[in-house]
Amino acid sequence: MAINVLKPGLSTTVQDLGRPGYYHIGIPQSGGMDSLSLAAANLLVGNPAGAAVLEAVFMGPELEFTADAVVAVTGADMPPKVDGAEQAGWTSFGVKKGQVLSFGFLKSGARAYIAVSGGIDVPVVLGSRSTYTLGALGGHEGRKLMAGDVLPVGTGSGTAGRTVPETLRRKPGAPAELRMLPGLYWHRITEAAGAQFFDDTWKVAPEADRIGYRFKAGTPLEFVPRDQPFGAGSDPSNIVDACYPYGSVQVPGGTEPIVLHRDAVSGGGYFMVGTVVSADMDLIGQLQPHTPTRFVKVTMEQALAARKDRAAVLAAIESSLS
Amino acid sequence: MKTRYSFGGDEHIFVECDEEMSLEAFFKGMSITNALREAKIKGVTEICPANASFQVRFDPDVIAPDDMMRELKALEAAAQSAPSTLDTRIIEVPVLYNDPWTHETLMRFRERHQDPTSTDIEYTARINNLDGVDGFVKAHSGAPWFVSMVGFVAGLPFLYQMVDRARQIQSPKYLRPRTDTPRLTVGHGGCFACIYSVRGAGGYQMFGITPMPIYDPAQTTPYLQDFMCLFKPGDIVKWKPIDRAEYDHTVAEVDAGRWMPRIAPVRFSLAEFQKDIDGTNARVMEALNGH
Repeated sequence: MAINVLKPGLSTTVQDLGRPGYYHIGIPQSGGMDSLSLAAANLLVGNPAGAAVLEAVFMGPELEFTADAVVAVTGADMPPKVDGAEQAGWTSFGVKKGQVLSFGFLKSGARAYIAVSGGIDVPVVLGSRSTYTLGALGGHEGRKLMAGDVLPVGTGSGTAGRTVPETLRRKPGAPAELRMLPGLYWHRITEAAGAQFFDDTWKVAPEADRIGYRFKAGTPLEFVPRDQPFGAGSDPSNIVDACYPYGSVQVPGGTEPIVLHRDAVSGGGYFMVGTVVSADMDLIGQLQPHTPTRFVKVTMEQALAARKDRAAVLAAIESSLS
Repeated sequence: MKTRYSFGGDEHIFVECDEEMSLEAFFKGMSITNALREAKIKGVTEICPANASFQVRFDPDVIAPDDMMRELKALEAAAQSAPSTLDTRIIEVPVLYNDPWTHETLMRFRERHQDPTSTDIEYTARINNLDGVDGFVKAHSGAPWFVSMVGFVAGLPFLYQMVDRARQIQSPKYLRPRTDTPRLTVGHGGCFACIYSVRGAGGYQMFGITPMPIYDPAQTTPYLQDFMCLFKPGDIVKWKPIDRAEYDHTVAEVDAGRWMPRIAPVRFSLAEFQKDIDGTNARVMEALNGH
């Protein structure tokens, strides 16, 4: 069984739950940006939660199936169509041999997850099928899909007509709220700047991808004066190059925060004001450019509670489908 | 040198060994990360050493953040007494300084540079009081460099020059980052050198290019068949200036799968280095000649 890529979409890549373990040499974990939607798509078609799927950004691909399969599309609201007939999102449906899966226009969200029963069966590289395009690693030939690509699919047995209840489809609010634990180099900015950072409503900038999301339209941060330490560089936002946590919020020049995501650069010389909590990383993957966004200050206790809540949503999806 | 701990969200602990860069800060980080690796604490998923800091990723469902923090602080105390000796390797990296490819690129992004009227090497030579391009190459390649961090992108080494601080080459990053840097560019920002492992954006000054691949996800390069990244923190690098003919020859040999880098085992002692920098460097570089 295989899928012929007729049109690739804007930027469609093979992703699973990622390849942790190589960040210390600069290889990020990669994997679906909205990993909860990715897992839900897999569970809908009878795959293990971490099977490889397609992640399509803003615009869906056009895919021809060479054998019967069961498919589910979750995440962004981008209606799937089989030979032109619209199908429900977050619901499994059948695709027959020779039929073409295509997509309508994006209505909300940013990334759709397309799971096929059996999973996308590209080679496993360093423990994962995820694509890391910057390093030309994993996925389909280490890159986004192109017309003419042929994707191998494993054997599976899904059932059409299963659906994830509306209440379990997690989506960003309006404005989007990203919970953040202050820390790392938070002490580099003044107290007033720190308060303003959380008061401002930011907007997703056009430079928003799998490496990181940039935000604009907030107030520039004021730094606590210091003599720059040896090796750090002269700008007050510079530090001696250090590791960047996933979700860390760096602010080059103190102007536009960047939240690093699954394809993060593993380190660099910009100070960070804190880290978006693990539970809210999925939401970032569904933000379109210009989306109003607020950073919400939380404690470690609140971060851990959010993590539990997210795990409970996944568990509820699992039990609703079993 | 005061250690500073901070949580990076609910999955990371970030540890700054010192605000400023020094080999001492790097070694402190390395002793703690080595001890942490040996301690095999359940729930630790990634240990990432950096220049003067390091980062630990953990699974808070397995080990509570406060417990993880306590374990790390206990390891810091124990690591204080660790000997600052490192069994490592020295790798010779051939460099074509002032090459045509980085030159073409730096001319394309000239308006983003501090000094649009000169090249990156000329500018850096001038602000470091070195005698032009030749003086720069001599200073850059005269002493070995320590790989104090691998990262940013896959397999990219950050290198710290093994000379006293007064002689260290320093340069600012570009005013605005470039959107393009040739693969295998030898760059410099702050006090750090780097080798760009892949083509892409970058803000470091560009001095030259090496014909030696350092990252190969396809793993067809003979010396990258065991693992796709060449460098590890703790490696020592000796730059070898080469001319265009040797560069072209090396590229051809690499493409034919025949070229191997010169690599030799070497023991490095921080205490010995602190006592006698030039003597230690001479001995370390001699290892490449089989001594």
